[in-house]
Amino acid sequence: MDMHFTQQELAFQAEVREFFVEALDDDLKHRVHSALGSPELKDTMNEWHRRLNAKGWMAPAWPVEYGGQDWSATQHFIFNSERGKAGAPAPVPFGVTMVAPVIYTYGSEAQKAYFLPRILSSEDWWCQGYSELDAGSDLAALQCTAERDGDSYLVNGRKVWTTFAQHANWIFCLVRTDNSGRKQQGISFLLIDMSTPGVTVRPIRTIDGIHHLNEVLFENVRVPVENRTGEEGSGWNYAKSLLVHERLIIAEVADSKRNLADLRELARAEVNGGLALLDDPLFSKRLADIEIDLMALEYTELRVLASAAEGGMPGPESSLLKMQGTDIQQAIQEMRMDVAGYYCGTEQGELSAAELGHENASTAQQLYFRGRAVSIYGGSSEVQRNITAKFVLGL
Amino acid sequence: MNFELSEEQTMLQGSVARFVKESYDLNQRNTIVAQEHGVLAHHWQTFAELGWLSMPFAAEYGGLEGCLVDTMVIMQEMGRGLVNEPFLPTVLLFGGLLQASGNSEVKAKLIPQIISGELQGAYAYLERQSRYALTDIATSASQQGGDWVLDGEKTVVLNGAAAQKFIVAARTSGAQSDVGGITLFLVDGAAEGLSRTIYRMTDGREAANITFSGVAAEAVVGTRDDGYSLMAPVVDKAILAICADALGAMESLNARTLEYLKTRKQFGVHIGSFQALQHRMVDLFAACESTKSLLYRAVLTADAVDDDAPRSLLALKVMVGRAGRKIGSEAIQMHGGMGMTEELVVGAYVKRLMIANTLFGDADYQQGRFVELVNAAKMGELKLESGTG
Repeated sequence: MDMHFTQQELAFQAEVREFFVEALDDDLKHRVHSALGSPELKDTMNEWHRRLNAKGWMAPAWPVEYGGQDWSATQHFIFNSERGKAGAPAPVPFGVTMVAPVIYTYGSEAQKAYFLPRILSSEDWWCQGYSELDAGSDLAALQCTAERDGDSYLVNGRKVWTTFAQHANWIFCLVRTDNSGRKQQGISFLLIDMSTPGVTVRPIRTIDGIHHLNEVLFENVRVPVENRTGEEGSGWNYAKSLLVHERLIIAEVADSKRNLADLRELARAEVNGGLALLDDPLFSKRLADIEIDLMALEYTELRVLASAAEGGMPGPESSLLKMQGTDIQQAIQEMRMDVAGYYCGTEQGELSAAELGHENASTAQQLYFRGRAVSIYGGSSEVQRNITAKFVLGL
Repeated sequence: MNFELSEEQTMLQGSVARFVKESYDLNQRNTIVAQEHGVLAHHWQTFAELGWLSMPFAAEYGGLEGCLVDTMVIMQEMGRGLVNEPFLPTVLLFGGLLQASGNSEVKAKLIPQIISGELQGAYAYLERQSRYALTDIATSASQQGGDWVLDGEKTVVLNGAAAQKFIVAARTSGAQSDVGGITLFLVDGAAEGLSRTIYRMTDGREAANITFSGVAAEAVVGTRDDGYSLMAPVVDKAILAICADALGAMESLNARTLEYLKTRKQFGVHIGSFQALQHRMVDLFAACESTKSLLYRAVLTADAVDDDAPRSLLALKVMVGRAGRKIGSEAIQMHGGMGMTEELVVGAYVKRLMIANTLFGDADYQQGRFVELVNAAKMGELKLESGTG
């Protein structure tokens, strides 16, 4: 057992640290962090994506032949830790982290050659067409259909909770190509151009006041058969393997470390009965609860990474990471609301922070309300417990 | 980055596990605990023969110069088997303090005796009023003639009954809770004026309250008035060891609870088929994994130059307290009425975990220290982001 970095790893850490300082200047840093609710989101994130890509670090986890880096598990850990420390956002995940592994693992040569470079360059933005109104935790119950018609499929149905569909020009979808067998069978994985006639995107208003979710309607949308990834009827298996990647990302340990440090400084600056809120023993105690859980999770993640490096894919333990990681994210968001006191209930609207009287209330609200989603998407915490009970504990 | 045990460590683990399997199953353990001192003398000899007693000591005294991971491996397996032999008080505390001190004469004489299994020791630090504060020491030592003479009472001294020698923390200057002014003394168990009140811990280990009435010490261990600097790192290592013991106990207890969920039938089905219990079992598994992660973290960062070492150690002790209580009480609950009985070993694990929580500071106490440490950390290391960061 050993956690010391080698000289090469230390040199790598210095290189990564320097990159994030230089590539994410204060101006861009400010803009990426306030981009979520803004119409400039796509341009701003693409600016960041391009700087990552120029260094070859847009998709370090991909196989080298498609533009990834031949890094050890330790290097990936260092990269992600430094990213978190620098307050640098991960790339928007739908292309680079979510659909790309399915394409390079199960896709045709033509799909790999066409899509992967366009993901790296951010020419394409992707969104995920999985959930439907009657297929949430029970995802395999999905009913969006794709009927074969010559060299294409005709897709009909409705997908919901589709993040960034308003920005995406491609959507990867789970669709039903067969209704005769078990519900997990008969699902196929389709790549659909959002500009195809019959695709409609409608916004869903969410409690954080920001437009990121949508519903996507498909009415007789014609999709060429060559846009199916892998075998017809095997989409469920591909999606499951993708979910493992997704869960590791959703744990967001490096980001939570950063957010906890921010929370601590906010509490240090907030006056409470003449003292810093941070010095309130009950507040500090709750903060310590979170920090201790996060310190544990950081090493759980390392253990999963190390064992994945030995044996290939991370296994069902990734469920544990997702479950605990999102608990921690939400706990941090809750305490950030607590720091804002009365102001966590105020609508800032068009007022400036100075006019309202509190610098951080509006951000705290956005993070908190948006953050309610993390224990729901990517398989709810309850589903993660089901998976762990079945596949890890054998219950 | 590497979380694998070395080949030697895997063999060590196997060797302790084999001892537990062959000599310490539940029936054997019940017999052992019922003995006069709650242990079998020949087990200690076995430990010596297998080299476990020499693990943390320097080669010049016959030790194996093992690392923290070696100690962790031994303690985790002993916790898994609920082994009551006094490895912690004799080897890690009494022996650890000797090893860390500069008394080459005393070390050369006593450490080989620990390694051979002839000498058992104990560390007498706690007093009735101290609770978890290591520095709250009223027992005094004064110089009379050429001797240091001790007066006072130490409580809950693990292995205090069998110990032939003690290291005793006494106040030689300063106020009752000062960090400075504490001196450690070597005291013979048969010294005049030393009396013991012997009892058991709830898990069967033997302990004693020890009264010192004008007891002459054999030697000063370490430096006069600076006992705290000697004891603090030894206690930190002992905390790691206690947590490794607790992790072994948690793993074993969780395995028993899980097995029970898979075999116990009610309403015509295994109770493990109920989602209410499945989710709770997952949370127990998660608590155990979090403990393991923090144990690895604390062991692997113990020599870190920044504050990761003390932070990790305190976080670990808090987690052991929290997770141990949760895993213990849920184990009883899920075993139902059977969990209340002495027929199962569940209760013994629960007691072991409760003791692990209190040793050298419970979860609340250590969380208080954790808060002090992190809140005092330098400001301005991180520039604040206003956004989603």
